[in-house]
Amino acid sequence: MNAQTDIDALMMKKNDFCFGAVYQYSSWDKYWEGTFKRENLNLGTVSSQGPAFMGDYGILDKLNFLLTVPYIETKATAGTMKGQKGIQDLTFTLKYMPIKKNIGNVQYSLIVLGSYSTPGSDYAADYLPLSLGLESNTGTLRLMGDVQYNHFFATLSGAYVKRGNITIDRNSYLDNEIHYTNEVDMPDLINVNFRFGYRSSKLIAEAIIDNSVTQSGGFDITKNNMPFPSNTMNAFKLGVNGKYTVIKQPELAIVGGYNVVTEGRNVGEATSFYGGIFYLINFNKKNN
Amino acid sequence: MKKSIQNIAFKSLIILLLGIGLIYSCDDDIAQRNEEFPQLNPKNTDVEAGTWKTYLLTAPDQFSIDAPVATNSAAYTREINEIKSFQVDITKEQKRIIEYWSAGSVLRWNEILRTLVARHNRPPYQNEDGTYPAPSAANPFAYPQFPFSNPPYAARAYAYVSAAQYDALVAAWHFKKLYNRAAPYTVDPSLQVLIPKSTLPSYPSEDAVVTGVTVELLKLLFPTEIAYVNEKAEEEKLYRIISGANVRSDVDAGIILGRKVAAKFITRASTDGAGAAIGTPAIWAAFETETAAKGEIPWKSLEVPARPPMLPLFGKVKSFLMTEADVVANRPPAPPSTKSEAFAKELAEIKSFSQDKSREHLEIVSFWADGVDTYTPPGHWNAIASETFVQQSYSEVRWARNLALLNVAMMDAAISCWDAKYVYFNPRPCQMDPSIKTTIGVPNFPAYVSGHSTFSAAASTVLSHFVPAKKTEYEAMALEASNSRMYGAIHYRSDCEKGLTLGKKVAGFAVARATTDGAE
Repeated sequence: MNAQTDIDALMMKKNDFCFGAVYQYSSWDKYWEGTFKRENLNLGTVSSQGPAFMGDYGILDKLNFLLTVPYIETKATAGTMKGQKGIQDLTFTLKYMPIKKNIGNVQYSLIVLGSYSTPGSDYAADYLPLSLGLESNTGTLRLMGDVQYNHFFATLSGAYVKRGNITIDRNSYLDNEIHYTNEVDMPDLINVNFRFGYRSSKLIAEAIIDNSVTQSGGFDITKNNMPFPSNTMNAFKLGVNGKYTVIKQPELAIVGGYNVVTEGRNVGEATSFYGGIFYLINFNKKNN
Repeated sequence: MKKSIQNIAFKSLIILLLGIGLIYSCDDDIAQRNEEFPQLNPKNTDVEAGTWKTYLLTAPDQFSIDAPVATNSAAYTREINEIKSFQVDITKEQKRIIEYWSAGSVLRWNEILRTLVARHNRPPYQNEDGTYPAPSAANPFAYPQFPFSNPPYAARAYAYVSAAQYDALVAAWHFKKLYNRAAPYTVDPSLQVLIPKSTLPSYPSEDAVVTGVTVELLKLLFPTEIAYVNEKAEEEKLYRIISGANVRSDVDAGIILGRKVAAKFITRASTDGAGAAIGTPAIWAAFETETAAKGEIPWKSLEVPARPPMLPLFGKVKSFLMTEADVVANRPPAPPSTKSEAFAKELAEIKSFSQDKSREHLEIVSFWADGVDTYTPPGHWNAIASETFVQQSYSEVRWARNLALLNVAMMDAAISCWDAKYVYFNPRPCQMDPSIKTTIGVPNFPAYVSGHSTFSAAASTVLSHFVPAKKTEYEAMALEASNSRMYGAIHYRSDCEKGLTLGKKVAGFAVARATTDGAE
């Protein structure tokens, strides 16, 4: 589950503050054990759901600060394993737009995003597939290009996610050899995201293609084995998002989206959707 | 215009560089405990170990090795020259091998065995028709690969390897004293030695004896891993020669002696009953009907599809120290009847553990879980023992002796615990109350008594005998391992408490042997 605002090409104006909440629900009943797609009757359907709170502040027209706080509850419908709940990873993002140019009717922009994420609670990562997250502190650098012609747009971005080591509750674990430590080297990730559609001040409707590929150091779940936080976890996703502005001044918008993992490795074949509401206020205008 | 583009480009570059800097500043290097073990430098060479009591060898010289060539012979000089020729140019990889193996042969082979156990500790995936395939020793590469090294299989593997290493080293110590051939660095003081010098005679090489005996046993226990095991063995042989610790004939004689000793253990293993421990569908069904006939609720598998119970006849496997009558005599009393008030109380306690949100409990559960894809609870205790033994600077033969006593005790724990589990065949808490959710997978065998508790009490008792200063620490660990099974909601209190009692009793056999084997 990830917040949408740190991956789109929209910027808050200076002193605008947008905040809101979405409710997300994601579930799967099939998963890829390495490349082998299977079900597990001892898990049934595995779901994670919960609200995420988000804020986006325009420090400058060209520089925004974003914060996301997700709360998650996991559950398996079959078997005996107990679900978990709690605050997952807090994400802090700086979003900078160095270039915004109009050439004829076409507007081009380039955006750079730097994010840092860190667990918001002391959850156990080594409790897959029911853990709240992977517990790693991550640094993400994303480069994004956006093109808009009239109300039609396309955004392409690529990100490198550097993941820090994590500490698990046991003091040894196996990948191919046993490692006598409670620290786990987490593989990094590259994500490519492409989105296109219709964008106006009233309505945004877009389709998304998203691909995440774990870099070296990850390994596969072997046959009928348990997953591990440093597994390779690749996912190719297709989805749609929408944002509709109900009231313009001050702005009140509703958002929603849906996506599915169509190809993966050591991940669930997840179907996810979310819906939420956002409110935007401008501190300048209030002060005036 | 041009200037502003430059400005923008410059700012973007700075942000990028900062970002990249941040990303690469994180240090991924992880220090592992077993990489920091020092070179083995025994406080006491245990020069009289050739007289210690063996498990299967009828006498330390039951198998002979040829008398070595004299150190003043031309043949011996050529062997010294081999060492020197290696030492002219020691590669980085050879240095790594020396650093790794010089921590100790018994230690490193114990670690390798733990890795093999963990790699093969995976329950088979079901067939299309909902039955489960079983690994076959006759066809080990077919899925599911042989073996499935679950806790009883692992306990037995650790015991065989450790006991065989011990017998082989006792024989080696006998021949060291008998032939009394000096180490190459004593014969030729100009020789470089890359490890601590030992005053022991070097024929046969103790490392080679351990390699020889271990490789043969691992071929039996983990047949799909022979290539991996051989690679390790070749490394170790090379290490002894390059480091100047042994000449090649020390190594060759050690391998031969080790192999001969292994044969005795392999013969025993083929007739100890472990091969039949999996049972048959008729036997599995009989447990159920017999338990129901007693008026109790029989255990059933909570997996979907239902999986046959794990090694139901392991209680009949032939122990190294206990007779069948000993196993029966030490069998725990029956658990509370599923219809009793005492049982209802115990079930309620586990239900409350399943509902608590204690992060500390979850941590303890996970720390001691030692489930699928791990070296199992006996492996965990081998790791604990090894980290203590490293500090004790034991000789190789004492390392082997202490690990053998530990592992023979844990094999007895497996035998006695599995005996109780299938005599009583009682249900797990979440079979009785499906609303009980667990923080660990429910093991696929009856509850009473807890395997973790039995293994841990046996291990802590034996280790406390070796290192009395750590008794309190070991007992606390065993208790925590035992409690973890209640916190995880997979065992009742009586499973854990009676398991601890059983483990302690079983360990008494190993401790009694320890006091009479000639090593104390």
